[in-house]
Amino acid sequence: MENFTPYSALIGGCLIGLSAALLLFFNGRVAGISGIIVDSFSAEIENRYWRAFFLIGLMFSAAIVNTFFPVVPVTYSRNILLVIVSGILVGYGTRLGNGCTSGHAVCGLARFSLRSAVATLTFMSTAILTTYIMRHVLEY
Amino acid sequence: MTKNIAALICGILFGIGLTISQMSNPDKVLAFLDITGNWDLSLMLVMFGALTTLSVAQYFILKRPKPVCDSQFHLPKKGNLIDTRLILGAVIFGVGWGLVGYCPGSALAALSDGKFEPFIFTIALGIGMILFSRFHNKK
Repeated sequence: MENFTPYSALIGGCLIGLSAALLLFFNGRVAGISGIIVDSFSAEIENRYWRAFFLIGLMFSAAIVNTFFPVVPVTYSRNILLVIVSGILVGYGTRLGNGCTSGHAVCGLARFSLRSAVATLTFMSTAILTTYIMRHVLEY
Repeated sequence: MTKNIAALICGILFGIGLTISQMSNPDKVLAFLDITGNWDLSLMLVMFGALTTLSVAQYFILKRPKPVCDSQFHLPKKGNLIDTRLILGAVIFGVGWGLVGYCPGSALAALSDGKFEPFIFTIALGIGMILFSRFHNKK
């Protein structure tokens, strides 16, 4: 467990919670990323702008962090076919299940939503099982 | 306009949170999901931090009659409906998430590294969402 990073995890988590709280406070909206992505293309035109701004902020955030803090470098060397399959599954699954990690596991759970609790337990356990199969059965 | 600026700041904060906690790094996410490996429960603490902050703040925010820049709160219906669609969607998402370690938020936050991989993931994510609206929503 030497890779455990409790402080950065807690601080980062609080910032995510703060972001979701501010979005609710100012815009009255839930910070579910997959929903914001879809609705930035499909909502009524005047409701697309704030979503686009949120996504632009999200996309440039890492550049801001990297400028001010030393961060652990990320390696990008995964099998590209696997990345594509994963992306399609995540895109399709989050629409079918009406939410992803942010929508269900953060915003939904914070509201004590039963649907979100069931969704979170389901995708967590499926993801754990998938990782287990990939790493320890297929030894990928 | 305030709405857009607020959203921009929220997006930046969200991404800073993901980046500082390393949740935008798929290896860090997989280190949590791999419970029989060298288990790293950082993701649990990220969720704990986010949930505590949001639920406390929300308690006070929702006491207000309306948000600052809108006439009403737009909360998803807090339904108790557990159907096949919800479960199946979560299963499909879970498999995709467990394969590589990107979720929609983390991939977008990783985009600014300017690398090929999160970019490809984001394109595939969009394709998955389009496939859904083409084939599933039409019924």
